[in-house]
Amino acid sequence: MRDIKRGRDWSQMLGQLFEDYKSSRIRSPQQPPVKLDGGWDNALSFAPKWPQLPDSDADLTINARVDGDPIGERIIVEGFIRDENGKPVPNALIEIWQANAAGRYIHKEELHPAPLDPNFTGAGRCISADDGSYRFITIKPGSYPWGNHRNAWRPAHIHFSIFGIGLAQRLVTQMYFPGDPTLPYDPIFNSTPDAEIRNRLISQFSMEDTVPEWAHCYKFDIVLAGQYATPFEEGHAHG
Amino acid sequence: MHMADMKDFGEMDVSDRGGKHDYHYDDAKHIPASPGLTPSQTVGPFFAYGLTPGAYGYPLEEIHTNNLVDDDMEGTRITIEGQVFDGTGSAVHDAVIELIQADHQGNYQSNTRNYAFAGFGRMGTGADGKEGDTRFVFNTIKPGITQEGGAPSITLIIFMRGLLNHCITRVYFEGDDLSSDPILSQVPEARRQTLIAKEITPNHYRFDIHMQGEKETVFFDI
Repeated sequence: MRDIKRGRDWSQMLGQLFEDYKSSRIRSPQQPPVKLDGGWDNALSFAPKWPQLPDSDADLTINARVDGDPIGERIIVEGFIRDENGKPVPNALIEIWQANAAGRYIHKEELHPAPLDPNFTGAGRCISADDGSYRFITIKPGSYPWGNHRNAWRPAHIHFSIFGIGLAQRLVTQMYFPGDPTLPYDPIFNSTPDAEIRNRLISQFSMEDTVPEWAHCYKFDIVLAGQYATPFEEGHAHG
Repeated sequence: MHMADMKDFGEMDVSDRGGKHDYHYDDAKHIPASPGLTPSQTVGPFFAYGLTPGAYGYPLEEIHTNNLVDDDMEGTRITIEGQVFDGTGSAVHDAVIELIQADHQGNYQSNTRNYAFAGFGRMGTGADGKEGDTRFVFNTIKPGITQEGGAPSITLIIFMRGLLNHCITRVYFEGDDLSSDPILSQVPEARRQTLIAKEITPNHYRFDIHMQGEKETVFFDI
């Protein structure tokens, strides 16, 4: 169990400002975060009971069907959620969202002139099993342009939000695809300065788990910080 | 592309990425992922239909909303509203705020057998449907004291486009005795007021979040 005095592992991150990523210039905090010497309460170990989710929530090729299959390559995205000690994280809420095969998001503010897919929304969720495993079925998203700089393109990616055990295991990240030629040019991917660390965000194509005549399989394991110890057992320290 | 990205469409030398990019990967082979922590990435501008669908009118059924109360719950009803401001003083219309709190007796959902009060909420700013309304609004109950010497308080987690790593803060309530709170006492005195919500009308509080500048909100290294 981790001690709150450790804080986050900032050695693995750039920090909050990356000049190349324009919007971080005016949105990143300029003061360092306050490091605590104990004192936090059971919010640290908050791990809600998530509601039961229907299987279709994890299948983005069917959870928004109107009158047919969504267009694009069907893919399996699966992996394990573990902590930095290799311990599985069960009952983690995993939410994903992504563009469609053409690189178009359904969000109302999206302006990219690529077609919408009437049978695809691009949002899904599931809860990790006791062994930390999770599995989604979806369509491989396309790359899409954005205005950060001239000729800027986001590499194809799937957004992940993970809520594990307690605040140490709250993570929002993005999964990328191997061989994507736009990765070297993306400021968001490259905001992590160490290549070995940012490469953890690139999923791995798995021929062994690709299902014949049905779907390619991409593996994406997620490693969360070790959970903080629960400060107070059974309620609060009120004697 | 996103509307907000279209202003200030500056030229940038694409070949200059501020350093060498010397990673190699062979996409045809299985390369085991290195065992270290998965890094954070920004939530981006398009989270709404995935994380906060109901508020934005998207069809996915919502797991969490900004309304944490129903008629059966005990405790004093309160409302907390606010805006998130960037370094230019503009209100952020695409932030996600998550809220975690204890019930009126000071127990968090995961530590009590009483699951009636989930103590978890989520809302996007700019979601209220009204043109230009960039507030977040939570309807909840005033939490009880969660530790000896503590004052009632609520944890917020903040995500947005432009934020590489999420931020965590804590909300206290004007009028409560804050003098011996174990968390607040570790915050530099001059910055403590950034964590105190103002009571606008009885049980209706205002808490603004400032990402930069003189009034920059205190965030915690958790």
